[in-house]
Amino acid sequence: MDAWALLIAATLNAGTLVALAALGLLINERAGVVNLGAEGMMLVAAIAGFAAAVHSGSDLVGFLSGIGAGALMALVFGALAVYLNTNQYATGLALSLFGAGFSAFVGQNYVQAKLGPRPAFAVPGLADIPFIGPALFKQHPLVYGAIALTALLAWGLTRTRAGLVLRAVGESPESAHALGYPVRRIRLLAVVAGGALCGLAGAYCSVIYTPLWVEGMIAGKGWIALALTSFATWRPARVLLGAYLFGGVTMLQFHLQGQGVQVASQFLSMLPYLATIVVLVLISRNEGFIRANMPASLGRPFHPGG
Amino acid sequence: MSVRYPRPMLRRSLLIAASAAAALALAACGKKGEAPAGAASAPQAGGAASGAAPLKVAFAYVGPVGDGGWTFAHDNARKKLEQTFGSRIQTSFVEKVPEAADAERVFRDLVQQGNTLVFGTTFGYMAPMLKVAADSPQVRFEHATGYKQAANLRSYDARTYEGAYMAGVVAGAMTKTGTLGVVGSIPIPEVIRNINSFTLGAQSSNPKVTVKVVWVNEWFNPPQETNAAQTLINAGADVLMQNTDSSAVLQTAEKNGKYAFGWDSDMSSYGPKAHLGSAVIDWSPYYIASVQAALDGTWSAGPGKHSWWGVKEGAIDLVALNAAVPAEVKARVDQVKAGLKDGSFVIWKGPIAGQDGKEVLARDKVADDAFLQNIRFYVKGVEGQVPAGK
Amino acid sequence: MLKLEPRPQPSAAMSLASPLIALALTTLIGVAIFVALGKDPLQGLRMFFWEPLRNGYALGELGLKATPLVLIALGLAVAFRANVWNIGAEGQFVAGALAAGWVAMQADAGSTTLIVLPILLAGVLGGVAWASITAALRDRFHANEILVSLMLVYVAELLLQYLVYGPWKDPAGYNFPQTITFLPATQLPKLFTGTRLHIGVWIALAAVIGCWWLLMRSMAGFALQTGGIAPMAARYAGFSSRAALWGAMTLSGGLAGLAGALETAGPLGQLTPYVPVGYGFAAIIVAFVGRLHPVGIVLSGILMSMFYIGGELAQSRLGLPKAITGVFQGLLLFCLLACDTLIHYRVRRVAGLGVRGVDKEQR
Repeated sequence: MDAWALLIAATLNAGTLVALAALGLLINERAGVVNLGAEGMMLVAAIAGFAAAVHSGSDLVGFLSGIGAGALMALVFGALAVYLNTNQYATGLALSLFGAGFSAFVGQNYVQAKLGPRPAFAVPGLADIPFIGPALFKQHPLVYGAIALTALLAWGLTRTRAGLVLRAVGESPESAHALGYPVRRIRLLAVVAGGALCGLAGAYCSVIYTPLWVEGMIAGKGWIALALTSFATWRPARVLLGAYLFGGVTMLQFHLQGQGVQVASQFLSMLPYLATIVVLVLISRNEGFIRANMPASLGRPFHPGG
Repeated sequence: MSVRYPRPMLRRSLLIAASAAAALALAACGKKGEAPAGAASAPQAGGAASGAAPLKVAFAYVGPVGDGGWTFAHDNARKKLEQTFGSRIQTSFVEKVPEAADAERVFRDLVQQGNTLVFGTTFGYMAPMLKVAADSPQVRFEHATGYKQAANLRSYDARTYEGAYMAGVVAGAMTKTGTLGVVGSIPIPEVIRNINSFTLGAQSSNPKVTVKVVWVNEWFNPPQETNAAQTLINAGADVLMQNTDSSAVLQTAEKNGKYAFGWDSDMSSYGPKAHLGSAVIDWSPYYIASVQAALDGTWSAGPGKHSWWGVKEGAIDLVALNAAVPAEVKARVDQVKAGLKDGSFVIWKGPIAGQDGKEVLARDKVADDAFLQNIRFYVKGVEGQVPAGK
Repeated sequence: MLKLEPRPQPSAAMSLASPLIALALTTLIGVAIFVALGKDPLQGLRMFFWEPLRNGYALGELGLKATPLVLIALGLAVAFRANVWNIGAEGQFVAGALAAGWVAMQADAGSTTLIVLPILLAGVLGGVAWASITAALRDRFHANEILVSLMLVYVAELLLQYLVYGPWKDPAGYNFPQTITFLPATQLPKLFTGTRLHIGVWIALAAVIGCWWLLMRSMAGFALQTGGIAPMAARYAGFSSRAALWGAMTLSGGLAGLAGALETAGPLGQLTPYVPVGYGFAAIIVAFVGRLHPVGIVLSGILMSMFYIGGELAQSRLGLPKAITGVFQGLLLFCLLACDTLIHYRVRRVAGLGVRGVDKEQR
């Protein structure tokens, strides 16, 4: 019984990382911009956050640095893809490749660095409830922050004016433009917001999840986050659930190994990626379903002149 | 999404590109700086320590020097070489050389630059080093953790299983749940031997321990190591051991209030409460001996020339034992160390049983190196199956 | 004040000059980085631009590195032009290496060099098969090919690991994860003694010509590219988008698989967990910097190889960090994308404070 509680806790922890990035990507994709540079942004934010935390001794400074780094990289991407109308896919890829090299470059001096003693968290009172306590209430505040963010986005996208405008820009930028909205500025803001959240996710990885820096430590989670927004059909709540599903499958493969399941460990390691493909297929197979949910202008450049 | 491209004018584009390339080449050419420094010292069998030209020694590392683990240990030994020999040698290194086709080019370049003693510090360099060694008979090659040799290439390794055994002695004494966990890297014989030795050591303190293993399938992947460590803790292990290269396992143990060991180098600062001890490798005794032999002209290689050094030669140690470890356990570890040093204690001495209870080593029989190098089974006490075991 | 003004039509001259300007920009930034790290910038430039061209052996290594990059990039160029975003070429590379490795392991004492042909063919088929998974999932289920092909990269790498740790492990290899070293008969014939360059170069050049013909002269290529630029028009003209998808994926998969086979039967000579080295991703940059054009790809492939080899030399001779190669590669692509705007826009100096009102750019 105890092992299951701990598995749930580990799932929440692992899923939060991907959820934060995916929620950020959801924002810019809702505005119609695909940023394939998630992996690069997360890597640069991871080293920025780690380095800042090492020098300042404060986790908060680390998180803020990560957010800043992600936002900055997204800004470069936005300048190119939104204002100069470069190919969004290629620009995003460039961002990823550059981010990988740049983070490795900057991070060299930090491979041996370490942070101060990591705090342990527990929600007072609730953490003592048997089973549910260890399962749900002994997490870092950001885990709960991700849940709150999901709720905020879900509410904001459907119930506020800003959310409506964002979605309008994503569905039909031409109409939004005709109505007088600064489409490109909104897209840029969405891109930067997305980058900021990817940055937060990156900093979470290097400051909390595995308090270390190593080259390439994001190990594909940026791409998973991109996949998540697609197969969650751009709804915040589904993104969060998908992230937990992915986190769960990741932990499950070790859990199965630990239980002595007689499958080669490499096949168990494939599970998260295969699961992603399977869910992607299931969601996409009804073309109408995807088309009805995808922001109509996703990936297409917008020319104000028509 | 649109990709626009005009009909290329082939000849014009070729001309422009070619002239640009030529211009760049000429520019770089004209400003030729000094040629790569360092006179090549002629390494004849008789010659060397003339004091005139320093011996050029090069190292190829698979990871970054800052990894705090495997490569870090090699680089520390390299620095000790510089301290020991001063101006008689000149060392250099190339880090993050992949264990793939590119390695051959790196080794050839090291030879071209006048290095006459070249160390390749990971198994995957075996094939490229053999190729380059065949083409450069005047250069000496040392290959870590390999098993093939040549007239000018020999191999060396460290008895990491001795460190694992000593860690096991402490682990067996400190565990309260009786379950130990090992985060395994890659299921090669060395790692399986280490898991077994850890188990044997733990059983010497507490015959009833069980050992669970989770494989990460990589040497260095902190997030996965964290997941693996957490899984072991969730499964009831309260003392962890690793064969991976980062401090993630130790840090996870610290977070959960459990114990763990450092691996390859002293990791005590990464988990002050959790750290029980670090099983470290010191390559400097071997490197110093090798360089000295090269300087004296006594360096020699050949088929079968493989050095496997351990506690006795000063290559392996268990350091930085936690103050919480009881004095009598520390005393036993010291006893083991002394026994390994003077040869009176042997870890792999029968009776040792496999998981199915059948004896793999008869009573009082001492395992030889060949047996040790071919271990593909788990000893009794380890749970699970050796991955992809045939 | 500078302003960007759209051109009436794309500038052909800028299209050719843009990669060169991007390269110049990257070089400038590179010099700045060298100086910032306290290294002699001229020596740094020499490592990247002169040393890889210096002698026969160096040129051989350059060609050896460029061959897989060019092959994969050719396939990617065709795919990207057809708006099929095959990001998983790395996985197809591995699949090709696996298939080729399997055939190579079947060689026995009686095999002659002719076995190289089935080895390479197996590589192509392996890559095609792996790419077909992505194509099928997109064709049947509309699953996004970027994500599927990317996930399959990880799956391919894990499959390779499983095979070299398990069923394909060399029984005499002390349980290390590697296959047997393939028999000499399976090795690709070398072109010149003293270098590692092999017949793969000729194959790559043949592929360049083939792709050039496909894209620039053939009806099938025209149909592919029309589908990429103007899907509506393509449909109207009767060009099958399904054929374009499958054609693009199988071609790019096959070429990536062939590159994998060439690496395995060439410099590697066995299968190890270290077969994937990132060529599938670097080829994306090669394709773009080469303007998705076969000849451009040859040039950019050579350039990328110079970056790789130069970065290695800069590390071993000048003590520059290894990661610098990745930084330069990413920078090159960024600068290229930025310079590409000059194809569609021109920079104009506008007097005064800029005109307000009907200016559509200023929204």
